[in-house]
Amino acid sequence: MAHNWKKLSLIGGIIVLVALVPVMTRRTDILTWFTLILIYVTLSQSWNIIGGYTGQINLGHVAFFGLGALTTRYLWLLFGLPLPVALLAGAVVAPLVALIIGVPAFRLRGIYFIIVTLVFAEILRHVAYTAIPVASVLPAELLTTYSLVPRYYLSLTVAVVAVAVVYVVSNSRLGLGMMAVREDEDAARTSGVSILRCKLSAFLISTALAGLAGGVFAYYYVGAYAGYLFEPVWTFDSVLIVFVGGAGTIIGPIIGSVFFVFLQQWLATILPGGFHLVVFGIIFILVVLFWPSGIVGGVVELRRRRRR
Amino acid sequence: MVELFAQSFVNGIMIGALYGLAAIGLSLIFGVMRILNIAHGEFLMLGGYAAFWMFTLNNIDPFLGLPLVAIALFLLGAGVYKVLFSHAARLPGELKMNTSLLIAFGLSLIFPQLATAAWTGDERAITPVYSGTSFELLGVRFGYVPLAGLLVALAVTFGLRFFLSKTYFGKSVRGTTENWKAARLMGINVDRTYLLTFALGAALAGVAGILVGLTQVVMPPIGMHWTLKALIVIVLAGMGSIGGTLVAGLIIGVVEAVSHIFIGPYAIVVGLVIFLLIMMFRPQGLFGKA
Repeated sequence: MAHNWKKLSLIGGIIVLVALVPVMTRRTDILTWFTLILIYVTLSQSWNIIGGYTGQINLGHVAFFGLGALTTRYLWLLFGLPLPVALLAGAVVAPLVALIIGVPAFRLRGIYFIIVTLVFAEILRHVAYTAIPVASVLPAELLTTYSLVPRYYLSLTVAVVAVAVVYVVSNSRLGLGMMAVREDEDAARTSGVSILRCKLSAFLISTALAGLAGGVFAYYYVGAYAGYLFEPVWTFDSVLIVFVGGAGTIIGPIIGSVFFVFLQQWLATILPGGFHLVVFGIIFILVVLFWPSGIVGGVVELRRRRRR
Repeated sequence: MVELFAQSFVNGIMIGALYGLAAIGLSLIFGVMRILNIAHGEFLMLGGYAAFWMFTLNNIDPFLGLPLVAIALFLLGAGVYKVLFSHAARLPGELKMNTSLLIAFGLSLIFPQLATAAWTGDERAITPVYSGTSFELLGVRFGYVPLAGLLVALAVTFGLRFFLSKTYFGKSVRGTTENWKAARLMGINVDRTYLLTFALGAALAGVAGILVGLTQVVMPPIGMHWTLKALIVIVLAGMGSIGGTLVAGLIIGVVEAVSHIFIGPYAIVVGLVIFLLIMMFRPQGLFGKA
C-alpha cells in the first residue's frame, strides 16, 4: 500500500508540475511543444490500446483522429455548440464509424483488419480533400483572442484522461483478454476469451480516444485543409511513438511523445522541410528490427541485468 | 449515352489492366511469403521515375527501356529484402506478418521524401511522340499507349503463370507457398526463393510504374495510392491468387470508370464499398480457395 501511495504522489506531482508550465513561462514555442506533446500522448495512447495491448496493427488510425477533429471543428465553429459538447460528439462519431468497419474486419483474421483500416483512412482523406476543398481557418474574433493557455489545459486534461483510461483498461479483465489475444489468439479462445468482443471493445475505446485527440487538435489549430487531418503521417507518428517508447506499456507512449516532439522540433531546424520524416522512418525501422520493446523495454532489461 | 458508357467501359478496361499489373507483384509476394509489402507502390513510383529519366535524359523509349527498369527494380528489391526483410521473414506466422508490415510502413514514409529531395515534387509524365495518339472504332476511342499497357499486363500475367508452372524456380515458389517446411526438407532453398520472389515483385511494380508514367503522372506521393489500389484488387481476387489478379483489376477499373459518370470524384469510394462487401460475403475473394 505504501508503494502505491508513493507512486500516486509521484504521478500527482508530475501532473501538477506540468499544469504549472503556463504559469512559469509565457514563451509560445515552449507552450506549443508541450501542447503537441500532450496531444501526441492522447493519440499514441489510443493507438497503444489496439496496437500495443491487443496486437492489432491499425494502419488507418488517422481516420478516427480526423473524424473526431472534423466533427469537433464543425460543430464548434459552424454550429456554435459549446466546446465540451463538440469534443464529446467527436469522441462518439469516431467509434461509431469504427463499429461499421470493425465488425466485418474482425470476423476475419489479422491481415484483413490491417488492409481495411489502411484503405478506409486513405479513402476518407481523398473524400475530405474533395468534399471540403477550402481550408478551415479560425474566424477573426477568435483569432484576435487566440491564446495557447486554454489549449494547453485542454490537451493536458484529455491526456490525463487518456492515460487513466489505458491504465484502467489494461488492469481490467478486458485488458487481460486483450493481451491474451495479442499473445496467442487460439490459446485465448480455448481459455474462454471472446475474441471478437475483445478486439471490438479495444477498437472502440481506441478510436474514441483518437477522436478526442482529434477534437483537441481541432480546438488548437488555426487553419488547415480538412484533408490534412487525414494525412497518413498522423498514423505513422502514433505508431512510431508507441514503438519507440514501448508498445503495450503505460509509460512508453508518454516517453515516446516527449522524445518525438523534441526530436522533430530539433530536426526541423537543421534539415530541409519534410526530411525529418526520413530520419523518423529510419529510427522506426531500426526499432522494429532490433529493439521491439522500445525505451521502456530497454530500461527494464538494464535493471534486470544490474540486479544480477 | 451509349457511347459514353462504351467509352467509360473501354477506359475502365485500360486502367483496370494497370491496376492488375500494379497488384500482381504484391499478390505474388503475399501469396508466397505471407508478407504484406505496403511499400509496393513505392517501387512502382521508383520504376516510373527510372523510365522518366531514361526517356528524358537518354531518349530511351519507355517500352524498350522496360527490361532495364525491371532489372534495376529487381536488384533494388533484392537489396531491400536482404537488408530489411530477410530477418523478419524467418519469424513465425503472426510476428512475421506484423514486423514486415511495420518495416514496409516505415519505407513507405522514407521513399516519397527521398524522391522529393532527389527530383522535387513536380508531376512527371513520359511523353514520347506517340503518346496521346488514338484510333476510333465504333465511336469509341482507343489510345495506343493504354492499349499497349493492356498488352503488357496480359503478357506479364501469362508470362508469370508460365514461369510459375514450368520452370524450376516456379516449382520452388509454389512448393514454398504450399508448405515452406516441407519445401526445405525437399532440398529447396527457401531463403533464396523468398529473395527472388521479393525481387520479382519489385520488378513487376517497376514495370507497372512505367505505364503509370506513360498514361498518368509520376510524383513522389503516388506510391501509397497505388499500394491501396493493389490491395483492393488482391482482396477482390483472393489473397495470393495470382491468376485472378488481372481479372479483379479489370473489374475494379470498369466499375470505377462507369461509376465516375454518376458520382464523379467520389468514384474512389466504390473501391472501398466493393472491398467491404467482399470481406463480408466472400472473404476468400472471387478466385481464392475457400
